Formats: sequence, C-alpha cells, structure tokens
Amino acid sequence: MTQSAAPWLVLLLSVLGTYVWRAMGVVFSARIQPDSAFFQWISCVSYAMVAGLIARMTILPIGALAETPLIDRLGAMALGFAVFFAFKRRILPAAGVGVAAFCLMAYLREAGLPSL
Amino acid sequence: MAAEGGDKALVRKAVIGAAGFPSIVLFASMTGFGSLCRASDLSLAIALGATAGIWGLPGQLAMVELQLAGSELIAIVMAVSLANARFFPMALVILPLLRVGLTRKLWLFPMVQMMSLNPWAATLREAGRLSGRERRLYFVTFAAVCVTAALAGTAFGYLATGALPRPLTLGLIFLNPLFFALLFASLEGRSTVLALLLGAVVGPLLHLVSPDWGLMATGLLAGTAAFLLARRRGRP
Repeated sequence: MTQSAAPWLVLLLSVLGTYVWRAMGVVFSARIQPDSAFFQWISCVSYAMVAGLIARMTILPIGALAETPLIDRLGAMALGFAVFFAFKRRILPAAGVGVAAFCLMAYLREAGLPSL
Repeated sequence: MAAEGGDKALVRKAVIGAAGFPSIVLFASMTGFGSLCRASDLSLAIALGATAGIWGLPGQLAMVELQLAGSELIAIVMAVSLANARFFPMALVILPLLRVGLTRKLWLFPMVQMMSLNPWAATLREAGRLSGRERRLYFVTFAAVCVTAALAGTAFGYLATGALPRPLTLGLIFLNPLFFALLFASLEGRSTVLALLLGAVVGPLLHLVSPDWGLMATGLLAGTAAFLLARRRGRP
C-alpha cells in the first residue's frame, strides 16, 4: 500500500463491512431467531478465522514481530497460558506476565543474548 | 423515586460498571492495537477510526494484518466483515429489548454502532429491571465509556510505540495475539472449541498457500468442519 488514500478506503469499506451485520440485526430482529443453526455456523466460521489469524501472527508474523525468534513468541505464549490456568483463569495477570516475559527476552536479545 | 434522580443513579451505575474491568481490559487490548498500527505505518487517525468505526478488535486486527500482508482490497474487507459477524446475532438478541417504547426507530441504527460485547452483556443482565427508555440510557452510557476507554488505549499504544524502547514496543504488539489466545482459552462449547483449534492449525498453513484468501478459506473450511463435527457428535 503505497498510496496514502488506500488505508482510508480500506478503513471505510471495513467499517461498512462490519456495520452491515449490526444493521441487519436491527432490520431482522423481529423475524429471526438468534439461536438457529445458521448463526452457530457463522460463529464457527468467525472463530476459526480469528484463531487462524492469531496463530499466523504468532508463528509467521509479518511486521515488527518478525524480527523476534519463534521460541520467544511461543515461550511467552506458553507462560501466559500457564499463569492463566494456574490463577483462576484471569486474563489480565496472564497477559501481563506473558508480555513482561516477552519484553525481557527482547531486551536480552538486544543486549546480546545469542539465539537458541 | 423521582424520574430525574432515577436517571442519574442509572447513569452512575452504568459508568461505574463500564469504568471497571471492561474499560481496563479494553484499554489494555486497544493499546496493543494502537501499537500495531504505528508499527504498520498507519496514521493515528486510521487507528482511532478503526477502533470507533469497526469497533470490534478481531476485525480491526484482520484489517491491519491483511493490509500488511499486501492482500487485495476485497479480501481484506470480506475478512474484516466475517471476523465481526457475531454482531448480527448479538444485535438480534438485544434489539427487542432496546426498541420497547421507542417512537423513532431510526435511533436504533446509531445505537447499534455502539454495541460491543461489554455493553451488550451488561444491558442484557440489567434489562429485566429497566423500562425501554432506561435500557437505552444504560446501554448508551455504558457503551460510551467503553468507546472512550478503547480510544484512549488506541492513542496511548500508538503514541507510546514511538516513544518507548524497542523491547517494550515489541511487547505491546505481542499483546495482540496473546490477549486473543487467552480470551479464546476461556471459551467453552464443543463447536466453539473445535472451530478455534482447527482454525489455529489451518490458518498458518493456508496463509502460506495464499496470503490473500488464506484467512477467508480458514474460516470457511475450519469453521464449517467444526460446525458439522459438533453437530454429528451432538446427536444421540
């Protein structure tokens, strides 16, 4: 994306693409049951897509994360999960510990720790 | 109780409810998003516009990441839209509660733009005790606080990324996948868990096949497979 207009076009269409679902909810709210098989399917599609994106961002990152070693990303993720399950499934402390570990590793790498 | 005092108490209740845990989580997760936008060379205005306009982090992430991967416009927009498809059933559930006694139904269209998981869940929880007008007041107040916290988080993440040392910036960007992975770990239900697992396995593979359409294909293939498997297993 080199042209400066392109991100705005992407944003505008992305906003509309999301708003379509909200507006359809307003229009059809009196006529459609929200617990139908169709919605179970669409929520499966949605979950699978976002899980795929998250896995891709962790394993094959494109931007700034691409300069970090895979072992750091997986290790910090695993530590976050360990804290999550050890401390009553609370997201914030788990995310905090995972990010802190990741920052520490990034700092140590910068300071000259050799890649494993 | 006078109507005025009742409204004030209700607004206060919505503000306090939204300013606690929901706002902290939103601020934290949107900090990661703002940071990602900065690292992806998008402007602050685009970052804030995505938070307020898309107002659903999965779609926001898809927009930035697919743009970064150089995907086609149509592929980006379809992925963003599908990633936020949950707003359709969510709107179907809450609209009958919000429209009670509303004479100008057109107000529902701006109102539904403010909907996200937190105000939605809080309003459903309180709806039984409230009239139609009170529900709308509660919902809009709650949602406004959430949007404010999210915009503040986005701006903070964006600006901090320019100012913080590199390791901290990388940590903020890493917050994006970590936060969602943890959020997903707290979800239940056979079809949901299957969809998440299959999606996580298939996603990176299909990205290698096609950076443009890999994400859409992941959703359709893994999602449909999870849906069918869960249905088959669910039957006696």
